Amino acid sequence: MYRVNMRKMEDNQSGVISAVRVGGELGRRIRDMGLVPGTPVRIQGRAPLYDPVALRIRGFTLTLRNSEADHIEVEVA
Amino acid sequence: MSKITLALAGNPNAGKTTLFNELTGARQHVGNYPGVTVEKKEGVYLHDGYELHIVDLPGTYSLTAYSVEEVVARDFLVNEKPEVIVNIVDASNLERNLYLSLQFLERGIPVCIALNMIDVAKSRGIEIKSQKLSELLGVPVVPIIARSGYGKHDLMKTAARVAEEKTVQKPLQISYGDDLDRVIQEMEKEIISGNFLTDTYPARWIALKYLENDELVLSKGNAANPALSEKLTGMTRSVTAHLEDTMDTYPEALLADYRYGYIHSIVRKGVIRRKDDENRLYTSDKIDRIVTHRFLGPLIMLAVLLMLYQFTFTYSEVPVSWFEAFFSWLSDTVSTALDQGFLKSLIVSGIIDGVGGVLGFVPLIMFMFFGIAVLEDSGYFARVAFMMDRIFRIFGLHGSSVMAYILSGGIAGGCAVPGVMATRTLKSTRERMATLLTVPFMNCGAKLPLLALLTGTFFGKNKALLMFVLTLISWAGALLVAKFLRVTIIRGPATPFVMELPPYRFPTFKGLAIHTWERTWQYIQKAGTVILGISVIIWAMMTFPELSEKEIQRFEHQQETLQISLDAAISPSEAGHIRKQLQDIDSQEAKERLRNSVAGRIGTFMERVTKFAGFDWRINIALLGGFAAKEVVVSTLGTAYSLGEADAEAAKSLSETLAKSPSWSPLVALSLIIFTMFYAPCFVAVVCIIREAGSWKWGLFSMVFNTLLAFTLAVIVFQLGSLMGY
Ligand SMILES: Nc1nc2c(ncn2[C@@H]2O[C@H](COP(=O)(O)OP(=O)(O)O)[C@@H](O)[C@H]2O)c(=O)[nH]1
Ligand SMILES: [Mg+2]
Repeated sequence: MYRVNMRKMEDNQSGVISAVRVGGELGRRIRDMGLVPGTPVRIQGRAPLYDPVALRIRGFTLTLRNSEADHIEVEVA
Repeated sequence: MSKITLALAGNPNAGKTTLFNELTGARQHVGNYPGVTVEKKEGVYLHDGYELHIVDLPGTYSLTAYSVEEVVARDFLVNEKPEVIVNIVDASNLERNLYLSLQFLERGIPVCIALNMIDVAKSRGIEIKSQKLSELLGVPVVPIIARSGYGKHDLMKTAARVAEEKTVQKPLQISYGDDLDRVIQEMEKEIISGNFLTDTYPARWIALKYLENDELVLSKGNAANPALSEKLTGMTRSVTAHLEDTMDTYPEALLADYRYGYIHSIVRKGVIRRKDDENRLYTSDKIDRIVTHRFLGPLIMLAVLLMLYQFTFTYSEVPVSWFEAFFSWLSDTVSTALDQGFLKSLIVSGIIDGVGGVLGFVPLIMFMFFGIAVLEDSGYFARVAFMMDRIFRIFGLHGSSVMAYILSGGIAGGCAVPGVMATRTLKSTRERMATLLTVPFMNCGAKLPLLALLTGTFFGKNKALLMFVLTLISWAGALLVAKFLRVTIIRGPATPFVMELPPYRFPTFKGLAIHTWERTWQYIQKAGTVILGISVIIWAMMTFPELSEKEIQRFEHQQETLQISLDAAISPSEAGHIRKQLQDIDSQEAKERLRNSVAGRIGTFMERVTKFAGFDWRINIALLGGFAAKEVVVSTLGTAYSLGEADAEAAKSLSETLAKSPSWSPLVALSLIIFTMFYAPCFVAVVCIIREAGSWKWGLFSMVFNTLLAFTLAVIVFQLGSLMGY
């Protein structure tokens, strides 16, 4: 088990969110969607230009820019 | 009959509008795109002696105040105090949807939960025990399928009961951990003893909002009691510092963590039963593997857009020709039925040519809107936003700007008015402003008639391809201007993307029909009202004042002389020659008449400047009309040339007339196309821009800036073209 930045995760890789290090509007928007510590995520894929990234979380698909994924730390196996 | 106000609230795409339509019989937009409903809509549902006033609120993920929708929804809840909130919850996406429900419950307003999309949940192997959920949350939960109307009566009965009972909903209390609970309690005490905003909100909720640094509540607090407000912010500051030191987090984050933790614990108490893993791949994900694939994705997107073009322009040709035939028949019939005079001129040249020119394109507009509706309702547009965001960001925009551009005519044939409105879904003011100021550059349905006419007349057969090229030009122009605005007058950093990709859904026939018809109807109405009015005004401007007595006599004299020599003509060839001369005189008279009118004089005056772009006075008249509405450009050209036409019998189509006219050439056509694409938005769009941007200055800006830009581009095109010898 080790922690990586979400941007570094590969397609189809799964993990559990360990920290969301951002406040303000971005932080609130990320948390509103259910990206909080302890939540399992899987990288669903990336847009043709490698950005944004699509995640599977709580049974739905969410998209984030890489620069936003940077604030999220995920514990992967 | 007792009246009850009921608000529909929930996450974007949870099915609020679908339910609203099902209940009220209204025909509001339903779109499989997050954030389609941006304004609140109202309707009435009668049931068992109740008169339920239903309000469809914009979708929100939470009740903070970051985006326009959230503010609209929150203001409504605070100011109008609906007797009951029906919170639509997407059963196939329960945890995230309950996050908003929790905030309603904490706020202590009467809530009834509508558990929607149980059909989708079931097909995904998810079973939800609504009874259990209701017990755990302490509010009624009614399973429904908004699409089919299943459960709607039950839901309304329950909602009415909640409203009738008027039980003061006790605000839900969630534990936020020792540190926060302690400070919340202290804050609550202060708030209650100071009677601080407690008329409007529950004390605990105010404390939570202070911890979240909610700007709206903070500013209200500052106004009501500055000292106490300062004390509360002080408490927030100290607990924030403490949390940062001990746990490396902040109150806001902790609140969200605990709320989701609470939801998770509820859901795990036997509310949900799943057949398989929560994150397994659904059909929708498998489609996305291909549709948003690195290489296939963009290819498919291009193919889809091209197909839409082909579909619209090829298949609409036949019905468009029917419409045209009908209007020319109507014009002929009226011409023969009426005596020569102003009335005939008004009806034939003013009304039928003006309005008919616009209505003739109804089938095309309808095909285009239908295609757009299919893409929107299926969920494909959200994918387009996802794929395009990286590119749009370069221009200081947002992936969601795509939707506004497409609605405005990014796929030729939209309308800037819904486009400008759609920018409300953009969270950031800066990206929103840049988008709403540039969407009018798109080739909306109103510009299409002119573009179709000119490309058809001057650039030969391949209309679909040419329209595609023009669309690319309008996109390039819009994006470059957006970039220009973002580095000059609306500078600032990018805002979060964070967007949900809704699952693909089969569009319903009803949904498509509503979409297509509603937008087409707007187009028709515009033709029947604004365009009709402007056509008549412009006709009058083009008819009065009449030529002076002297001029008329001069023409009459020439005509009489020729008539006499015609009667005296011996050989048929001589007679033919004289007849030709007679015709020339007639059309010269008609032209002089038009030139002498108010519009003609203005147009002629403007030639001094517009000649650099290749526009003659007749084009100027048409373009002036286009300030009011872009459809008017074609209809005015039609009127200008039909008024300038001597006899109605020889009525040729406008296209033939232009092709033969010496003041027209492919280069003039191109210059005019470019000008029309970029110049001032129509009046309705300007009004919309003013409303959305919050200041008339932006409306004025868009008119002046766009016209200058368009003129510069047109001059460049015309002068370069002339230099190259076209
Ligand atoms: N299968 C299914 N689809 C639904 C149901 N309710 C809504 N939808 C679809 O979900 C999408 C979003 O609906 P809409 O009413 O626009 O959501 P809103 O954003 O909350 O107003 C549309 O494609 C609807 O057709 C339902 O009960 N079952
Ligand atoms: Mg809606």
